[in-house]
Parts: sequence; C-alpha cells; structure tokens
Amino acid sequence: MSTILEVEGLHGSINGQQVVEDVSFTVPSTGITAVLGRNGVGKTSTLRAILGLIDRSGEVRLAGERIDGLRTHRIVRQGVGYVPEDREVFGSLTVEENLQLAVRQRKPRRELVDALFPDLVQRRRQMAGTLSGGQQQMVSLARALINDNRLLLVDEPTKGLAPLIVDQVADALEEASATVPILLVEQNLDVVRRLATDAIVISGGRVVHTGRAADILGDEELTHRLLGVGVAPATGGTR
Amino acid sequence: MSTLVLVLLTGIGLGALYFLVASGLSLIYGLMHVLNFAHGAFLTLGAFMGFEVARRLDSTSWWAFAVSILVGGLVGAGVAALTELALIRPLYERHIEQVLVTVGLAFAAVALYEGIWGSDPIYIQAPAWMRETTGVLGAQVPNTYWVLMAAATALLISLVVFLRYTRFGTIIRAGVENRAMVTALGIDVRTAFLLVFAIGGSAAGVGGVLAAHYTGYVSAHLGSTLLIFAFIVTVIGGLGSLPGAAIASVMVAVLQQFANYYMGGTGDIIVVVALAGVLLVRPSGLLGRRFA
Repeated sequence: MSTILEVEGLHGSINGQQVVEDVSFTVPSTGITAVLGRNGVGKTSTLRAILGLIDRSGEVRLAGERIDGLRTHRIVRQGVGYVPEDREVFGSLTVEENLQLAVRQRKPRRELVDALFPDLVQRRRQMAGTLSGGQQQMVSLARALINDNRLLLVDEPTKGLAPLIVDQVADALEEASATVPILLVEQNLDVVRRLATDAIVISGGRVVHTGRAADILGDEELTHRLLGVGVAPATGGTR
Repeated sequence: MSTLVLVLLTGIGLGALYFLVASGLSLIYGLMHVLNFAHGAFLTLGAFMGFEVARRLDSTSWWAFAVSILVGGLVGAGVAALTELALIRPLYERHIEQVLVTVGLAFAAVALYEGIWGSDPIYIQAPAWMRETTGVLGAQVPNTYWVLMAAATALLISLVVFLRYTRFGTIIRAGVENRAMVTALGIDVRTAFLLVFAIGGSAAGVGGVLAAHYTGYVSAHLGSTLLIFAFIVTVIGGLGSLPGAAIASVMVAVLQQFANYYMGGTGDIIVVVALAGVLLVRPSGLLGRRFA
C-alpha cells in the first residue's frame, strides 16, 4: 500500500510549550485515516504542525518529498487542503469571496462543490459570518474541495453540528475520499466507524496505536483505555 | 454663525489630513498587528521630496503642485515598501521587535532630515488659489482645506473600492480577520503586508505634501506631530477599522477645533481626554473588534 504522507519524529510547540511530542505515522494514499484520542492530547496540534502553523521540527514527507521546511502557504500549494477545527470561515466576507480566496487552480471544481453543498449556491452573496454552524462548515469544506488536492487535513468537521448536518458532512467527506486521501480528526465515533479505513490513536502527544479503524473500534477494551469511551456497536454496524 | 461654520469646516479639513495618515496606520495594524511609528517619517519624506520637486518647477503653478503630490505619494510608497522588506519582514511575527524597529527608524529619519534640510522650517509656495479663501455661509474658508477634503475623500473611496472589489483587497480583509487561515489557503500573506505598507506609505506621502501646504512649511518634525494625532484617531476609531479611522478623524479634528476656538486653545488636551474616555467606555474603539 502506497503512502501519501509520512510523519517522523514530529514535535510541535506553541509559545515554547510542547504540544506534539515525537509523533510518527503514515497516511495511505487512499481512503480516510482517522486521528483519535481524548480531548487535548494534541490531535489538532499535530495537523497544525504538519502545516507549519505552529513551530515544529521533525520530518514530514508528502508523496516522498520533504515539506517540513516549507512555509504554510507553500505546503498548501503542494496540494494539501485544510479544513480547520471551528471552521474559521472569514465572517466578514461573502460565501463567494471565501471560495474565491481558496481557489488555487485555473479550473476550480465548482460543479463538485455546488453538487455537494446546494445550500451554498443560493447563499453566494451572504456574509459567511451570518451562516449557521453547519453552513459555515460547508463553506470550510468547500474551500478545500474546490481545488484538486493530494491530501486533505480535516479537523473535527462535525463538532457542534445537528445530527442531520453531521450526516451531510459525512456524505461529503465520503464522496471526496473517493478521489483524495483524508487525514481526519474526529471525536464522533459513529462518523469514524462509517468513514475511516485506518486509524491513529494519539495519547499524551504521542502515537500509541495504529491500525485498521474497524479493528481499533471493535476492541472495546482498547477504545476504553485509549479513548476513554465505551463504544457500543453502532446500529448500522461497521464497514 | 459664520464662525461656527468656519470652525466646523476647518475641523473637517484637519480631519481629512488626519485620515490621510491614520488610514495607513489602521490598515497596517489591522493586518500585521504592528503599530508603525515610522509612519510620520514616510510623511515627512513625502513632504520634502514634494517640496524639492515643486521648487524646481514653478511652485506657484497647478501642475507643479500636481507633480509634487504624485512624487510625495510615490516616495511614500517606495520608502514604506523598503521599510517592510528590509526591517519588518526579517522580524516576521515578532511584533514587539517590529514596533521597536519602527521607533528607531522614526528617530533616525528625523535626524537624517535635519542633517539634509536643517532644523528650521522651510516655507513653501503654493498656487495662488490655495492661499485664497472661499465664502461659505459667511465664513471665509481657506482653500487648502477643500483640497484636503477632496484628497481624503478620494483616498477613502479608492481604498473602499480596492478592498471590496480586488483579489488583493479580499486577501487584506480576510487577513485582518484571520491571517493564519489566509496562509492555510495557500496565499503568501507577506505580499499583502508589503502592499498595505506601500498603500499606507503612499497616503502618508500625499498627506505630507498636503500637510506642508496646510502649515505653510516643511520641517523634519512635520510627521512626528501629525503622527501623535493619527495614533489617537486610529485608537478611537478602532485599530484596524478603516471606516472607524475615517469617522474618528473628523470627530477628533472637529472637537479639537471647537475646543481651540471656544475653550481657550484647549484642543490638544480635549483630544487626549476624549481618547481616555473612549478607552474607558469602549476599549476596542468606536468600530474596532475586540482583540486579546
């Protein structure tokens, strides 16, 4: 199985405080790889360190090429789409301006984005700050999906969303994952169970377990110990 | 009545001058979180270069005036861009150091200007019309004030159009809100930094030439004096807010003129009191967003 991203000995710090300690893992070039772990173990910081949004050291390779010395915008231009935690849409810009800003290629994937998020089509001129949380998440996802990326880093896309919207976001991610590998931080284990092929478990700033998502979520003792939750089998079963 | 109109209109004219300086300060702070103490130095250099050009031409002619404005704007933009590239950029994300380097540059620039042009004010000439007055409701308003108002209005309109309808404008607006996310979309936000410095410097350079016509002279300290009021205006308007800076410029200057005329020349003190009042009631300024 080929890999799109290799992370080796990644350290990250914010204001001198170490938040990622010696993280190593690989992301396969297809499917969705979930990053799991309790709150505050450094999942978000790991994504931010890969992108150079926080001070970092260690090796990060995208399709075999080192990107750990590059500035954030260069990494993104190598084909890395980022959907941050808490969406981070530009509230004083319109939906259209948010999307325009994200476009990096001559022929943006408008049809795909419009098909995935029809809600946004009629809200093009609306200020993104006045959208609901779910709609803002769609803007944030659309900003990443409007380009042809080699990898998507998606951070808690279902956080704080109503169940119906969670399904819509999961649908979009599933569809996107058919063409681009995704590294997904997600707390909602039903979503992980539905989407993820592989999983990485982080604890105390380090990777403590890697494997097939189904195997990790199927092992009740393991999930309880690493994630601090009891995982009841989901109604739909695992994929 | 005519006195009231005169004080009001000269207040608005002075506010226009403040806005020429404050707009750049506000844009730079909003995007880069740098209080640019060198902004006054850009203004002074614009004024001196405008003066040098005008006196080599026929400085009482309109076209010499127009050329001096153009030169002031270009020099301001150039020196500001150079400052960003040479001094601000190497200190990326180190805000305190960036502010300190602009403070140092401001001091050094004044010394340099004094070395070149001396420490005495140099009186300048202007087209005849600018030394005349126009009657409005019985008040005789010096024509320089109309020029100031026209320049500030043109600047405000072009900035609003630029920010709203161009890609760089969108990048700047997005960057003011969330700079990290702009880079995370693959945009080199440093280009926008350079641009706001150049735009701010250009407005300051034009402001310098006009300030010289407002005071009637150029001197090495022209910028320093104006910068203090521009800072006050920027803080009252809300750091980073262009409309805030525009509104506060006019409010502060009108208040200042009224206090100077009706309260025995206490304009400067009243402005500082107003600043303290705004900071107590609305620490983020009139239109500023709250920031940590």
